[in-house]
Amino acid sequence: MSIIEQTVDEPIDGLVATPEFEAANEAQQRRRGFLMALPAFAYLILFFAVPLVIVIVYSFATRNRFGGTDLNGWNLESYRGLGDDLVRQILVRSVVLAAITTVICLLIAYPFAYYMSTRRPAVRNLMLVGVMIPFWTNFLVRNYAWYVILGTDGPFSQVTEFVGIGETRLLFTQTAVVMGLVYGFLPFMILPLYAAIERIDGRLLEASRDLYANGFQSFRHVLLPLSMPGVIAGSILVFIPSLGAYVTPEILGGAKTTLLGSYIVTQFLSARNMPFGASLSTVLMIVMLTATLVYFRKGGRTL
Amino acid sequence: MTAAVEIAGITKRFGEVVAVDNIDLQIDDGEFFAMLGPSGCGKTTTLRMIAGLEFPTEGSLKIFGNEVGTLPPNKRPVNTVFQNYALFPHMSVRDNVSFGLRMQGTTKSEANRRAGELIELVQLTGLESRKPGQLSGGQQQRVALARALVNKPKVLLLDEPLGALDLKLRQEMQNELKSLQRELGVSFVFVTHDQEEALTMSDRIAVMDKGKLLQVGTAEELYERPLNRFVADFIGQTNLLDATVADDDMIVLGNGTKIKAPNPHSPGTKVAMSLRPEAIEIGRRGDVPADHVATSLNGVVSAMNYLGHSLVYQVKIDWIDLEVRTDPVASEDRLGPGDDVSIWWDRTADWVVPDE
Repeated sequence: MSIIEQTVDEPIDGLVATPEFEAANEAQQRRRGFLMALPAFAYLILFFAVPLVIVIVYSFATRNRFGGTDLNGWNLESYRGLGDDLVRQILVRSVVLAAITTVICLLIAYPFAYYMSTRRPAVRNLMLVGVMIPFWTNFLVRNYAWYVILGTDGPFSQVTEFVGIGETRLLFTQTAVVMGLVYGFLPFMILPLYAAIERIDGRLLEASRDLYANGFQSFRHVLLPLSMPGVIAGSILVFIPSLGAYVTPEILGGAKTTLLGSYIVTQFLSARNMPFGASLSTVLMIVMLTATLVYFRKGGRTL
Repeated sequence: MTAAVEIAGITKRFGEVVAVDNIDLQIDDGEFFAMLGPSGCGKTTTLRMIAGLEFPTEGSLKIFGNEVGTLPPNKRPVNTVFQNYALFPHMSVRDNVSFGLRMQGTTKSEANRRAGELIELVQLTGLESRKPGQLSGGQQQRVALARALVNKPKVLLLDEPLGALDLKLRQEMQNELKSLQRELGVSFVFVTHDQEEALTMSDRIAVMDKGKLLQVGTAEELYERPLNRFVADFIGQTNLLDATVADDDMIVLGNGTKIKAPNPHSPGTKVAMSLRPEAIEIGRRGDVPADHVATSLNGVVSAMNYLGHSLVYQVKIDWIDLEVRTDPVASEDRLGPGDDVSIWWDRTADWVVPDE
C-alpha cells in the first residue's frame, strides 16, 4: 500500500504544470497502470474470484441422493451441519493446533530474527538464504521426509533412545502434526519478524538501557511493541495456512487426527457432499478474512 | 573532591581498530565539559563507555569514585541525550519522559508528576500526549533532554545533541543548555565536532584525534597555548609555518629566515609556528617598527577581502600563503593585490608547537 503512495510522481521544480496538463497526465498514467495490471487482473478473476463465487454458491445448494449437487432450492442446510459435534470437535482441534503451531513458531522465530538482524550484512544474507533453502524442495517431499524422521525406528526415535529417553512413537500423533507444521511455516514467521526488527533503530534499545531498563524491560517496552507489526503479520501468515493445512496432517497425522483441511477434502471427494464442504470452506475463509482485517486495522504494514 | 568521571588508561579496540587509545581524563563535578574532534576521533566511543554502552578493552573508569568499567548502562547514575535523540516513537512525550522513572519502579502517578515538571522545565507543556513524530526537531531535542534529566543523573552525557538543528535553533539551544547546566549544577559531558560550539559552551574542552587525547583545557588555553599542531589548527583559524628549532629563543623557517620565538624544544626539533590571523600586523614594505624586526617577514599581497568588521589579506611569503586579519581602515589606506608588504607580530603572539 505504502509503496503506491510513495511513487506518486512529484512535479519537477521549474516545470509549471497547468491543472489541465496535470489532469490529462494523471488520467494517462492511470490508463497505463491499468493496462499493465490487466493480465494479473484477468488471471485473478478467472482462477480466483470465479472459483470463490462457485464455492460460495455451492454452499447454499442441496446435495441430491446420488451425490450430485442440485443448483436450486437454495437453503442454509449445509451451514446447519457446522453445529454437528464431530464438526465442532474437528474445528476446535484445528484451531488449537494452528494456535499452538503459531505460538511455537513465534517463540523460535523471534530470537532467531533478532539475532539475524543484529549480524553484519554478509552473515545476514547467508542466514536469509538458509531460511529459504527448504523452499527449493517440494513441500510434499519434505513432509515425507518428516514421515521418515518421525517413523518407528526413524532417526528421531533412535536419537531419543540413544540419549536414554527411550523409544518415541510420534508419527500419527498431533505432536507430529505440530512439528511438521512448525517446520513448514517457520519461514513465514521469520521473514516478517526479521523485516520488522531489522527496521528498528538499535539506539532505541540503547536508550532504554540507558534509562534504567534491564534486558527484559527493554524487550518488553521497546523491542516488542515496535516489532508488533512483524509479530502480527507472521502470526497470520502461520495461523491461516496451519488452520487449513491438508498435506502435513494427512501425512504425519494419519487418520486419527482429522483436521479441517482433510475433513473438507473428504466432503468433496468421498462423502460427495459438496454443499457441506463448500460451507466449511466459506466459514474458514470468513475467519481468515476477519483475522487479516484485524491485522490491517492494527496498522500493520509489513505484509 | 572526587571527580565526576575519572578515566585512567582507557583503551577501546574494535577488532583491529583502536577507537580510543590509552586516554586519561578527569571531569569535575558541575563542569560543562566538551569532547571535541573530527568524526572518528574516538570522542563518541569515550562517551559511550561512560554511559556503559561500550565496555573499555583496558583501563579504569570511575564515576564519583566507583569503578563502573563493565557495569551495564542501567546500573550507572548517568543518562544520555542521544544523537538524533532516539526517542521512543510508539510512546507519547509524557511516556518518553517518565520512562526512566517507571523502569526504576516509581509509581505511574509519581512518574507522571515528575515528568510533568521536566516537561515544564523544557517548555513543552501542552504537548504531553503527542508522539515524537509529531514534534519539530527542536521540540524532540527538548524531550530528549527532559527524558534524561528526569532521572536526576549525576552526569549528563550529550552526543552531538545540536547536530540536527538548523543554525538559529542551534544557537538558541546552546544558550539554553548552558543556563540549564548552571541551574542544575550537574556535569554535562558534551560531544561535538563543532569547535565553535565547544568554545562557546564549555568550561573545559578535550581535543581528540585518531583515538588519542591531544589536549585538555579551557577555551583560552587551547586557543592561545595549543600543545601541538593538530590543536592549533583545529581550534580557530591559524597560520602554521613549518620551522626547525635553532635554540631556545630562535627558530628557522622553511626558507631559512630566522625568527625570534622563545620555545621549550631542543635544537633541531621540527616545529610549527602558529600565528593567528588577527595577531599579525601588516604595513608597506619597510614599515616594520624597530622592536619587531626579529619577528617580521616580507611578502606580497595576493588578495584582500572586506568583511565589514575586518579586512582579510592573503599575503604570499615566498613559500607560503598567510592570512592576516586587521581592523577595517579607510579604502585609500588599504593595501591591494601586488603591494609589497611586511608583516610583523608581538613576540608573545606566536606559539611554537611540535610538528607531528
